Amino acid sequence: MSVLAAAADTGVVIGTGETIVFWVLAPVALAGALGMVLSRNAVHSALWLVATMLSLGVFYVVQEAPFLGAAQIIVYTGAIMILFLFVLMLVGRETSDSVVETLRGQRVAAIVLGIGFAGLVGAGVARGAEDLPVIGLTAVQGTEGGPAAGNVEAIAAVLYGRFVLAFEVTGALLIVAAVGALMLTHAEREPGVLRSQKERSRARFLTDRPQTLPGPGVYARANSIAAPGRLPDGGLAPSSFATGVEPVRVDELPRTGSVGIEREGLPHAGGTDAALGTIGGGTTGPVPGSGEGAPR
Amino acid sequence: MTITNYLVLAAILFTIGAVGVLVRRNAIVVFMCIELMLNSVNLTLITFARSTGTVEGQVIALFVMVVAAAEVVIGLAIIMSIYRTRRSASVDDVNLLKY
Repeated sequence: MSVLAAAADTGVVIGTGETIVFWVLAPVALAGALGMVLSRNAVHSALWLVATMLSLGVFYVVQEAPFLGAAQIIVYTGAIMILFLFVLMLVGRETSDSVVETLRGQRVAAIVLGIGFAGLVGAGVARGAEDLPVIGLTAVQGTEGGPAAGNVEAIAAVLYGRFVLAFEVTGALLIVAAVGALMLTHAEREPGVLRSQKERSRARFLTDRPQTLPGPGVYARANSIAAPGRLPDGGLAPSSFATGVEPVRVDELPRTGSVGIEREGLPHAGGTDAALGTIGGGTTGPVPGSGEGAPR
Repeated sequence: MTITNYLVLAAILFTIGAVGVLVRRNAIVVFMCIELMLNSVNLTLITFARSTGTVEGQVIALFVMVVAAAEVVIGLAIIMSIYRTRRSASVDDVNLLKY
């Protein structure tokens, strides 16, 4: 107890070494933070933030919290920033930050408010903590040969003593976070999109018309889906009318450019494939030849 | 130099993080700014722990780190799934709940 009283009486005098460390690393931390906000490339932002976090870790060590300094470097710069870089490489590297302001004047307002906030809080803290006593942690976590064992033991005594319930809840939080991340990033395949040829054939034979429908434009000069098929007597085949499209006489259709190119090219509206898509309201699976899953 | 320097530095870092949250449009960079704000608060906690001569501040800073790790995991998973559906990591493109 005498050690505690002595420490409380004298306090801690911040030495020259710590002053030098502060004045070297504080600009590094500030530059890292500013560089993170200002750099347009997200990967550069992450690397700037690593500089800031490393400096903060050194500050923790200097301020008699070596365990938290190590945890800062291991957890933040080691794990969290690597996670950030991982997601950046997966997601946001090519998505450049847009410079368009969605709210007019938001950027200027944010900067002005930030400067005001920093001035207010900085001045308030500077005035309020001006003659704050620095008791130091020597009495609690000791030095070499002191009564207490060390920083880790001091933290453990509090963590597993007063804060043990919070510690347990934190464990539950980490479990929930891990399960939640798994659930959020798990990509479920859409079931039932691809059906085999057997299933599609069976579904077709369940309808009252198993044979191929006459495609539009079979006996006509046009390739459009609006041009219905013709019956052998020259009349229009009602079963070839496309759903949702008014049948148009061939003479009223605009002439297509080159028929040969259209046949060789991609599936186009008006071909027989598109007409097949209208069987049973289009529920018979993917249209052959026009999409995935078509037998070749 | 006193411990006030640390507190002022933490205040400035917090402000830079807050301005970054308001200014930047990339959701991942916004998350990094939130991390910066949490870190500056940690610096304040550790400074006050040293000032008061107790380790409670350090323990709370440890809790902040754990919560930040959980938050980053969930947040990045959300960003990933939004990117998968919207093909964008910008916070401006997530506006379906706007109207």
